[in-house]
Amino acid sequence: MIVYLLCFVLFLTGLYGVITRRNLVKIVISLSIMEFSLFLFLALIGYVEGGTVPIVDPADTGAVYVDPLPQAMVLTAIVIGLATTAMLMAVIIRVYRKYKTMDIREIKNLRG
Amino acid sequence: MELALSVILVLMILGALFAIHAKDLLSAVISCSIVGYGLVICFLLLKAPDLAIVQIVVETITLVIMVAVVLDSTRQEPFTRPDPQGWVNIAAAIIIVVVLFFFLKVASGSLDHFGRGTLRMAQHYIEGAAAKTGSANLVTGVIFDFRGYDTLGEATVLVTAVLGTLAILRIKGKK
Amino acid sequence: MKGMTLIVKETTRLLAGLIFLYGIYIIIHGHLTPGGGFAGGVVVAGSFILLILAYGSDYMHLTREETGTTITENLAILIALLIALGGMAFGVKIFFSNWLPRGTVGELVSAGVIPLYNIFIGMEVAASILTIFLALLIFKEELTK
Repeated sequence: MIVYLLCFVLFLTGLYGVITRRNLVKIVISLSIMEFSLFLFLALIGYVEGGTVPIVDPADTGAVYVDPLPQAMVLTAIVIGLATTAMLMAVIIRVYRKYKTMDIREIKNLRG
Repeated sequence: MELALSVILVLMILGALFAIHAKDLLSAVISCSIVGYGLVICFLLLKAPDLAIVQIVVETITLVIMVAVVLDSTRQEPFTRPDPQGWVNIAAAIIIVVVLFFFLKVASGSLDHFGRGTLRMAQHYIEGAAAKTGSANLVTGVIFDFRGYDTLGEATVLVTAVLGTLAILRIKGKK
Repeated sequence: MKGMTLIVKETTRLLAGLIFLYGIYIIIHGHLTPGGGFAGGVVVAGSFILLILAYGSDYMHLTREETGTTITENLAILIALLIALGGMAFGVKIFFSNWLPRGTVGELVSAGVIPLYNIFIGMEVAASILTIFLALLIFKEELTK
């Protein structure tokens, strides 16, 4: 149970970063931390005590396998996370070229 | 098992806190990788080598892209003077944390204990998977056979993200 | 962009081919060992990114490569969709059904259409990540020019 709680604390750390930071790069970092905690939570609920890697050995019947369903979902989500992070970085580069700052409060004041 | 995971998770939380509070953006980006590579070790402990392979390569490429962006623009975190409306943010954060902990308490009642049995739905996948799909790797079998629609959707999201990046970063049109 | 020093270039020349081969291995053994299209595609894209970072490239080559990767990405997902539609034409008339013979579990040529999905999804992932990277590089080159 302590593992779930620590995983939740990691999520809250990312949320804290998104709310309080004003630098755009820091916000993206906090978003990816929230993403990581979510992946870890999904992998945690799939774990079975004493289970093995979910690869079937035809000779070995009766082996206990770890749950493959959450792993399959996380596998695709990680690659999507890379693509969305790269897209956010592209947005940040454009914003920096236009306003010469990464502070969201100053960008809001400029309104150009 | 649970102890090892807890130690790595505490290290990840410390790395995340440092990444959020670092003065230099480059060190913030690099200490964000503590969380990513710690996640790789967690996946290996949780018997998920597929995820570990993907995560270690994805983390490296994310680091390359982020460092390139940070070096291209400014590295300094702008001096943050005390915010007159800062207490609004702090109060909102405290309220959100209390509400989320309440929902965690409600939800943890229906959650199994750590490492105790599989989901009801996954039992069917594990039992007949190798015979039904012919694939020895159960994760691949789930991705491309039982849940093919999911994979198609995720691939579409990937294409959309690439098209969005191309549209954002274009300065002059193609001739 | 400029390349790096001689030491980096020599090390990359030795390593890049091995990394590329490892990615291909992960993709085609996706139904037998850990890995698959998503993992292998990212590894293949990583080998190309390593080559570009070490050796450098000029503007014309970058734009030509970007055109190539965009076309590869779109064609790969189109072919994956056509394979899924093949389930409607042959076999049990279900979208995403496994319409090739399955073979015995544990051999390289087995599992019906799953290796084909692995190969084309791997191509798609590799091409999309490479496209994002090239787009960032081209943006930088256009600004400095």
